[in-house]
Amino acid sequence: MLALLLLHLAAAALAPLLVRWWGRQAFLALALVPAASFGWIVSRLGSVTDGGDLRETVPWIPTLDLEIVLRLDALALTLAALVTGVGALVLVYCARYVEPDADGTGRFAGTLTAFAGAMLGLVLADDLLLLYVFWELTTVFSFLLIGGDGRRLAARRAASQALVLTTAGGLAMLVGLLLIGRASGTHLLSEVVSKPGSGTAMVAGTLLVLAGAVTKSAMVPFHFWLPAAMEAPTPVSAYLHAAAMVKAGIYLVARLAPGLADQPGWRPVVLGLGAATMLVGGYRALRQTDLKLLLAFGTVSQLGFLVVLMGAGSRELAAAGLAMTLAHALFKSTLFLTVGVIDHATGTRDLRRLSGLGRELPVVAVIGCLGAASMAGVPPLLGFVGKEAAFAGLWDAGLPDRTAAAVVLAVLVLGSALTAGYSARFVWGAFARKREVVEPVGADSRPGALFLAAPAVLALAGLLAGPASPLLEHLVAGYADTLPLFAPEPEHLGLWHGWQPALALSAVSLLGGAALFAGRAAVTRTQRRLAVGASADEGYWNVVQGLDRLSILVTGTTQRGSLPAYLGTILVVVLALPGTLLLTRAPWPGEWRAWDSPVQALVGVVVLAAAAMSLRIRQRLSAVLVVGVTGYGLAVLFALQGAPDLALTQFLVETLTLVTFVLVLRQLPKDISERHRPRERLVRGVIAVGVGALMAAASAVAIGARDAPPVSADYPEEAYGFGGGKNIVNVTLVDIRAWDTLGEISLLVVAATGVASLVFLRRRTGAVDRLDPAAGATHGGDTPAGGGRAPRGRWLAASVTLPPERRSVVLEVITRVLFHTILVFSLYLLFSGHNEPGGGFAGGLVAGLALVLRYLAGGRYELGEAAPVDPGVLLGAGLLFAGATGAGGLFLGAEVLQTAILETTLPVLGDVKLVTSLFFDMGVYLIVVGLVLDVLRSLGAEVDRQEDDDDPIELGEDEVVIR
Amino acid sequence: MTPTIVFPVLIGGLYAAGIYLLLDRSLTRVLLGFLLLGNATNLLLLSTGGPGGMAPILGYSEPEDMSDPLPQALILTAIVITFGVAAFVLAMIHRSWRLARNEAVSTDEEDRRVAARSATDADELDPDELAPEDRPAGHADSLPVRRIPADDVDLPVTGVER
Repeated sequence: MLALLLLHLAAAALAPLLVRWWGRQAFLALALVPAASFGWIVSRLGSVTDGGDLRETVPWIPTLDLEIVLRLDALALTLAALVTGVGALVLVYCARYVEPDADGTGRFAGTLTAFAGAMLGLVLADDLLLLYVFWELTTVFSFLLIGGDGRRLAARRAASQALVLTTAGGLAMLVGLLLIGRASGTHLLSEVVSKPGSGTAMVAGTLLVLAGAVTKSAMVPFHFWLPAAMEAPTPVSAYLHAAAMVKAGIYLVARLAPGLADQPGWRPVVLGLGAATMLVGGYRALRQTDLKLLLAFGTVSQLGFLVVLMGAGSRELAAAGLAMTLAHALFKSTLFLTVGVIDHATGTRDLRRLSGLGRELPVVAVIGCLGAASMAGVPPLLGFVGKEAAFAGLWDAGLPDRTAAAVVLAVLVLGSALTAGYSARFVWGAFARKREVVEPVGADSRPGALFLAAPAVLALAGLLAGPASPLLEHLVAGYADTLPLFAPEPEHLGLWHGWQPALALSAVSLLGGAALFAGRAAVTRTQRRLAVGASADEGYWNVVQGLDRLSILVTGTTQRGSLPAYLGTILVVVLALPGTLLLTRAPWPGEWRAWDSPVQALVGVVVLAAAAMSLRIRQRLSAVLVVGVTGYGLAVLFALQGAPDLALTQFLVETLTLVTFVLVLRQLPKDISERHRPRERLVRGVIAVGVGALMAAASAVAIGARDAPPVSADYPEEAYGFGGGKNIVNVTLVDIRAWDTLGEISLLVVAATGVASLVFLRRRTGAVDRLDPAAGATHGGDTPAGGGRAPRGRWLAASVTLPPERRSVVLEVITRVLFHTILVFSLYLLFSGHNEPGGGFAGGLVAGLALVLRYLAGGRYELGEAAPVDPGVLLGAGLLFAGATGAGGLFLGAEVLQTAILETTLPVLGDVKLVTSLFFDMGVYLIVVGLVLDVLRSLGAEVDRQEDDDDPIELGEDEVVIR
Repeated sequence: MTPTIVFPVLIGGLYAAGIYLLLDRSLTRVLLGFLLLGNATNLLLLSTGGPGGMAPILGYSEPEDMSDPLPQALILTAIVITFGVAAFVLAMIHRSWRLARNEAVSTDEEDRRVAARSATDADELDPDELAPEDRPAGHADSLPVRRIPADDVDLPVTGVER
């Protein structure tokens, strides 16, 4: 069974390709998949007729106790045969229905095949959650098929309406399934049915599951999505919205009825909604003028009928229901496909414009009449057999309550009369010659044999299955026998049961239908007179619009559009919640010390003073410098605290930050203008002081609460033993917590890419600005030599490109002397970092500062000469290095990112100890250099270029900037 | 462990200054506030790491004299990441200035528009007001007799389906 599902999946995936190769003939090949499934399923008939079943269990997610459990019993076999059989025929039909050169055929074919697979999975699934998965899959495919290519408003609305309604029901059903599974203590449908749980949860679960079935099977008051879904192409209507998907709700009701029919609430909901739906659908079908809509409302009506039969929970009605399900699938898809043929031949489905088509297309007319006769319940077709069995069952018993049975019987007879009425209307509308049609639309073309094959086969099946219905008895009984029998003895399926009341009721319904048809003018007038302004469909739109209004109201009230207001709200919440906890629950430290050392207090005073000044200063650069002072002060504190690595990194980063600030701020006005009213400033101040006090208290509490031995107590030993390094902080970064570091350097890559993409609008980066001897864009008069080597008589390669007033000989000399020294020092930091202060971060920052020096001294061409690489390459290479080192540990027999230590003696170098985490650190080094280079290339060189070229934004000819 | 007075006061002062700047509309001041907050948080991490000690490097000091290496490793990456994020915000300032000659976070116009139209709704299409061929089928008992090819003007019309 799983193989069948996988076959459908493969076929769906291949479908677009097949359609590209073979055009619409590909549908014939695709039809083989459901056809083969049909053959296999029917061949299992023998093993399920006596109440037996076939099972397949495949473990799926063992930790969640999820399995793929598939089960084929009599009910599943009937539905699966329907799904695959009708599916194959509809695919064959598509091979002629679809225009040869139509767009989107590949997608359509794939979706339709995938739907067939999902529907098959739905009826085979025995696991509750698996059932739900397939259930929602059919919803999604239905959405795609109704929406089509998404270019028409009506189709989009119909698709979203169907999706919203069935998904809402589906979600309710999911909750219901979980409740039922919990109450019954099992996740298998078959076990739930045989041993259902009890209690409130079970009742609630049952009702929620019914909500899913009711929306899926288009019961009142959710019936309106089904007629709207007629926007879909006719094969989709025939398959999804007549034979298969809308039967999912019927199937679920039938599947659960043996176990849950006696739950309180089941019968009132199922019988009440089913009966109401049958009447509403039939009533509205009688006044449709579009043949497809007529059939759609007819489907709504018949679904109500089926839900009544399947949900009654008695053997006799379940048997009738299963027979009727088969009959309905056969005749309704026949009729839809017939309408598709008519639409193809004449270009219309409007029965006010069709006339005399029966004579023009006699074969189509015969097929259509067979389908309609079965729908109306005319003997000897299968529709008659099913209806007759239903009437007989209800006449004898059918329900535990006799009064209810009588009411339901009356409704069913009335509904059947309506059904007979709109069946007659269909035949008359499609094929009869009508005198009142002035300009009838004739058939432009005659449908070919293959086009008619599918409806013909389905109609013949309905015709033959009537007399042959005793043969179905075994199959039907295989399911129906799981339900209690209320009648004295079971009625068997068959055409002739002798003169009995049910026969009379069938005759009454047919006569009623004939009367409705004969008096159709009067019926139409009455319906017009009774028409009310409101409809369920309008109710739906009103609800949707109400939700829209509500969401706008909520959004409008909460989103005021001011960033400070949002941040302020967050901070006030921080003050209110953790603040309260801190005041009431936190353990306050009992004793205090003034400081660790007087120097610490001195630095603290400087940092605080700088922070306070930063609030007042409105001059941009000064404010930046003052904030920089707090950073440098922090570095001193790090050093005092015994963290040389931190102090080093903080110094380097603070310097780089200052440079980056200057690069950007040079374009901005000198002063920051004040935009806040005094009252706003007061509020900001209150919040700021509050949060500051909160954090001060939090830090005091946190320091005071540190009394357990830290997790890092063993780090020194592990660092040397496993990590092979003496600098514990560095080993922590590249080994003990290497996963963290990997994530953090990835973040650096993202940040660098973000910087570049904000400055370079279209590409990640522009071309590297190299010296071009031919261009001669210099200010020095003579042409600079290429190749990155400074020519004789000059200190730097490209500084001549700068205007003289921007050049500084002192800086050029210093750069020339120091650049390579700094680079060597950065490498030293990288390689010695495992045992001494340093490492990839510090080394990379130092190398970055060397580049900053080159750029400041020589401009953007100098930067290009110093680092003629794309920063993206550096970043990518770094990430690759770090990641590959992690994977490398695996090959050396360790875990991911575990350090391996290789020690060997080399001829010249002597003892060499190579730690693999060094390569990880190299990756870090490359990424940090790449980050700095990216910042310089974007905010430095590219901004220079934009100013030099007077090209504010790099744009193509057809691009515009939306401001 | 006995807390010093220096650290909580310093941390509280940096947080207060950072928050005040963060609540400004000028992006430059927001970024400065962000940097102050970053410094304050690093200091908070460091202070909770216990009393200061010798550098955590073997051979330079004994393990029992060392300061706790774990917060140091956390802070080290945080410092570099703060630089990355600061560079990103600076790039945003640059772009905002380039495009709009403005580096302030102004009020979000879209939010204001949404707030102003609380009485209307997003989907103002009433089925009754639609052209018959666009109406939901169940609504007026009518499906379009002929499908129209497309209702979106700018999509190319490719083939008429039936």
